[in-house]
Amino acid sequence: MEIYLDNSATTMVLPEVAQRMAEIMTKEYGNPSSMHRKGVEGELLIRQAREGLAALLKCDVKNLYFTSGGTESDNMSLIGVAMANQRRGKHLITTKIEHPAILKTMKYLEEQGFSVSYLSVDRSGRISLEELKNSIQPDTILVSIMHTNNEIGSLQPIAQIGELIKSCNPNTLFHVDAVQGFGKAAIYPKRMKIDLLSVSSHKIHGPKGMGLLYVGDKVKINPIVFGGGQQNGLRSGTENVPGIVGIAMAAKALYENLDVDVANLKSRKLQLIKGLLELPGVQVNGLMTETGSLSLDMDFSEKQVGEAVQANKSSAMESSDGITSEMIEKAIEGTAPHIVSASFPGVRSEVLLHTLEDVGIYVSAGSACSSHKPEPSATLTAIGLDKKYLDCTIRFSMSVFTTEEEIELTIKALSEKLPILQRYIRH
Amino acid sequence: MNKSLFNVFIVKYAEIGVKGRNRYMFEDALVDQILRALHKCDGTFVVDKTPGRIYVTAKTDFDFDEVVEALQHVFGIVAICPALRLQDEGFEKLSLDLANYMAEMYPDFVYGKGQSLEEIASICEKHGEANAKAAFEKAAQAENARLAELKASGEENADSDSAYDDGEKIISIGGIHWQKEFPSIKRTTADSVTFKMMARRNRKNYPKDSIELCEDLGEVLLNSFPGLKVDVHKPEMIIEVEIREFIYVYSEKIPGPGGMPVGTGGKGMLLLSGGIDSPVAGYMISKRGVTIDAVYFHAPPYTSDRAKQKVVDLAKEISLYTGPIHLHIINFTDIQLAIYEKCPHDELTIIMRRYMMRIAEKLAVESGCLGLITGESIGQVASQTMNSLVATNEVCELPVYRPLIAFDKMDIVEISEKIGTYETSILPYEDCCTIFVAKHPVTKPNVNVIRRHEHNLDEVIEPLLEAAFASDEVIVVGED
Repeated sequence: MEIYLDNSATTMVLPEVAQRMAEIMTKEYGNPSSMHRKGVEGELLIRQAREGLAALLKCDVKNLYFTSGGTESDNMSLIGVAMANQRRGKHLITTKIEHPAILKTMKYLEEQGFSVSYLSVDRSGRISLEELKNSIQPDTILVSIMHTNNEIGSLQPIAQIGELIKSCNPNTLFHVDAVQGFGKAAIYPKRMKIDLLSVSSHKIHGPKGMGLLYVGDKVKINPIVFGGGQQNGLRSGTENVPGIVGIAMAAKALYENLDVDVANLKSRKLQLIKGLLELPGVQVNGLMTETGSLSLDMDFSEKQVGEAVQANKSSAMESSDGITSEMIEKAIEGTAPHIVSASFPGVRSEVLLHTLEDVGIYVSAGSACSSHKPEPSATLTAIGLDKKYLDCTIRFSMSVFTTEEEIELTIKALSEKLPILQRYIRH
Repeated sequence: MNKSLFNVFIVKYAEIGVKGRNRYMFEDALVDQILRALHKCDGTFVVDKTPGRIYVTAKTDFDFDEVVEALQHVFGIVAICPALRLQDEGFEKLSLDLANYMAEMYPDFVYGKGQSLEEIASICEKHGEANAKAAFEKAAQAENARLAELKASGEENADSDSAYDDGEKIISIGGIHWQKEFPSIKRTTADSVTFKMMARRNRKNYPKDSIELCEDLGEVLLNSFPGLKVDVHKPEMIIEVEIREFIYVYSEKIPGPGGMPVGTGGKGMLLLSGGIDSPVAGYMISKRGVTIDAVYFHAPPYTSDRAKQKVVDLAKEISLYTGPIHLHIINFTDIQLAIYEKCPHDELTIIMRRYMMRIAEKLAVESGCLGLITGESIGQVASQTMNSLVATNEVCELPVYRPLIAFDKMDIVEISEKIGTYETSILPYEDCCTIFVAKHPVTKPNVNVIRRHEHNLDEVIEPLLEAAFASDEVIVVGED
C-alpha cells in the first residue's frame, strides 16, 4: 500500500507528461536558439507551451518567463524588481508566513540596504488588510504575498489585496507566490492586479526544475541570470524545452476539470478533518474559526491523552458529536482545498511521520522544506500555535488522485498507531 | 614548490621498526595497507620494502596531493618524504641535481636561490660589489629593512603570500600530529637559512663514504646558495641523500598518522551511535592496528532512515583509515519501549546501554572480535559517570575499550574535524540514545537497584532480544 499525502512537497509527474518529455529529450532535442530546422522545432514547442499557459492565466504570451522553479521565480521577482526600482524607493512588504524563497531573499535585500516590513497573520493565518494599508508608503516598491500557505493552507484575499495596494500607491508592484495555489484556484493576474506571479511545475504534476514567472506589461525588472539573452534577456540560458512542454501539459490537465477537482479535494479535506477530530487530542490548524483551529477539547493536555487511551477512547468518541460537518465545512471555507495541518499532542511529528511511513503513508512534518533544520516553523509560530504543538504537527496534502478510501485508511492507521505512540510520550 | 619534481615517496615508520622476529608481519601489513590506500589513486605504483623504509615509486603520472592524502590515511606511517630519484651518473651530476632540486624546492630563498652566474653578476653589479657574498649580504640588509618597514606599517599580511607566512600549523592532539602546509621551511626574515646535510651510503661500492658525501654535498650547497648556513645541531632544514641502487634526495617530511598498520592488532566491535565521539573512538583504536566492525542500534519510527544513513556514512568515513567495516544494524525499538514501560525512567538510559552492550558482545563474539569499543568519556553525560560505567561495564565479559575516557569534548571535536567525521556527526537526526531521555537521569546509579529493576523485564526480554538479533542487517562499507 502506498498512500501519498505529501503533494505540497512534490507530486507525481503525469505519465503522459513524462512520456512526452522523454520523446522531446531523445528526438526533438534541438536548441531553440539554433538556426537549423531542429532548433526551429524546439522554438515551436516553446511557443505552443507559452500560448497554452497564457490562455490559462488569461494573459499575453510575452508576459511569461520560464525559470528553474518556484524559488528562482521568487528570487527573480524580488531581487529583479528591487534592483530595477531602487531609485524610486527601497521599501518592500511581505508576510511572516512566506516560503523561505521569499523570506531569505528579503533578508538578502535587507543586507543590500532595503527595508522590509513583515506583516503578521491572525490565528487562521490571514493577514490584516488594515495592517497592509498602514504599511504601504510612498517609497514602497513591492508587496509580496503568498497565495496559499504551504504549511497550513491558509489563503490570502489576493484580489482585495491587489485592489488595496493600487489604491494606496499605484506605483507599488504586487508579487504573488502562487506555488501552492496555482491549479487549486483560478488565478488571473491582470484581473487581480498582480504584477508578478510565481508558479512551480513539480507541485502540479509536472517535472522538477521547472518554474514559471508572470511579469506584467509595465513592470520594471532586472535579470538576475545573465548570458545568451534568451527570453528577452530577462532569463538567459538555453530553454528547458522538455520542462517547458511538461509544465504546460500539466497545467492544461489541471485546468480541464478545475471546478470538479477542487470540489472533490474539498470533500476529501472535510472527510480527513472529520476523521482527525475523532482521534483523541488532535487539533486541526489553519481553519477559519476564531481560534484558527478545531479540536474536541481545547484544553486537552498530555495527561488527558493518557486517560483517554485508558478509557479506550470511549469518552472521546461520544463527545465527537460536538463538532458537526457543517461546522467543519464552514471552517474550511476560504482555505486551500488540499492542505490539512494537524497537531498530535505528545507525539513528535517525526515519529508519527515514520510510523505512518512504515505502513506506506507519506506525510510531512510541518513543511517538508524545513526538514533540513530543526528550528520551529515560522508559519506555525506566526499563527500563535501553542508551544506544545509546534513539534507535534503533521501536514497532509492531497492531490486530485487522492481517494476517499485512502483517507479512510489513513484515519484507520492513525487510530491504530496513535494510542501506541501516546503511550510512550517523552517527559 | 614544484610537486612535479617527485616520483618517489619514502615511507618512514617507527614503532614497527623495533618489533623483533615479528617485524616482517608488521611490514607486510603496512605494505598491504599502503597498496589498499593507493588503489584509489590515479596512476600505477610500485611499493618496495627495504629494511627500515618503504618506497612508493610512481610508474606513471600521478596526483601528488591525492597520493599524500591517501598515505596520510595509513596507520603505521610516521612520515612521508617526497623524494627525487636519480640514476647514479657520478658525483658531478649529483651535485648539479641537488642544487637544482634546492632551487626548485625553495624559490622563496630570494637571495639564496640557485642563481646562475649571470644573475649573481647582476646582483653584484646592483650593490656595487665585486664579491658575491658581500653583495648578497647587502641584498639581505635591504630585504630585512623592507620587512621591518612592512611590519611597522602593519601591512605584513598583505605580503603573506610570499615568504612571510607564519609557516605551517602543526596541531597535536592525543599524540596525533597534523600538518597541512608544505614545504616545511618558510623564511621569516632575509637572514640565512640553516641546514644540515645527511647522507647514507647503503651501496657500499659508491666511491665516497657518507661523511665525505656530507662534506662535499654541503660544500656544493654553500657555494651555490649564499643564503644557506650550516648548523648541525639545530638546523632549520635537513637535506638527505641516500645512495642505494638509485640515489634519493629529499628534504621534506609530511607527517603520517602514526600508529600501527591495520590488521596487526586483532578485531574490535565499535558501538557506533551517529554522534561525534564513537567514530573518533573507532579511529583511535584502529590506529593501534585493530580491524573494526561496528554495531548501530536503530529505533524506527523514533529514528529515521536518514539517521541510519548517517551512521553508514560515518562508518564509510572512518573506513578510509580502518579499511572495510562490517556494520551491524540492530532494530532496538521494542527493547527500548519495553524498558520504557517497565523500568524507572531515570534509569532508562543505563538499562538501555546495558542491553546494547549485551547485544554488541554477542555480535562481537560471533564475528571474532576481541573487545568492544565505545566513545564514552568520564562524566560527559549521565550515563558516562564512573558510577554509570560500573553499571554498563558489568554486563559483558569482553574488555571494553574506551579510548576517549579522559578526553575533553573539545579535544574529541578537534580530532573528529581532522579525520573528517565532524560534519556528518552533527547532522541533526535523532539517535536512539536521545529519544526517551529522562529530564533528570540518574548520575550515580546503584548497580543492585539497576539489576533489580532490570528483572521487571524478565518476562518479555528474551523474545525481544531474539527478535533484535534476527533483525541484524549487515552493511559492508569501505570495500574497494
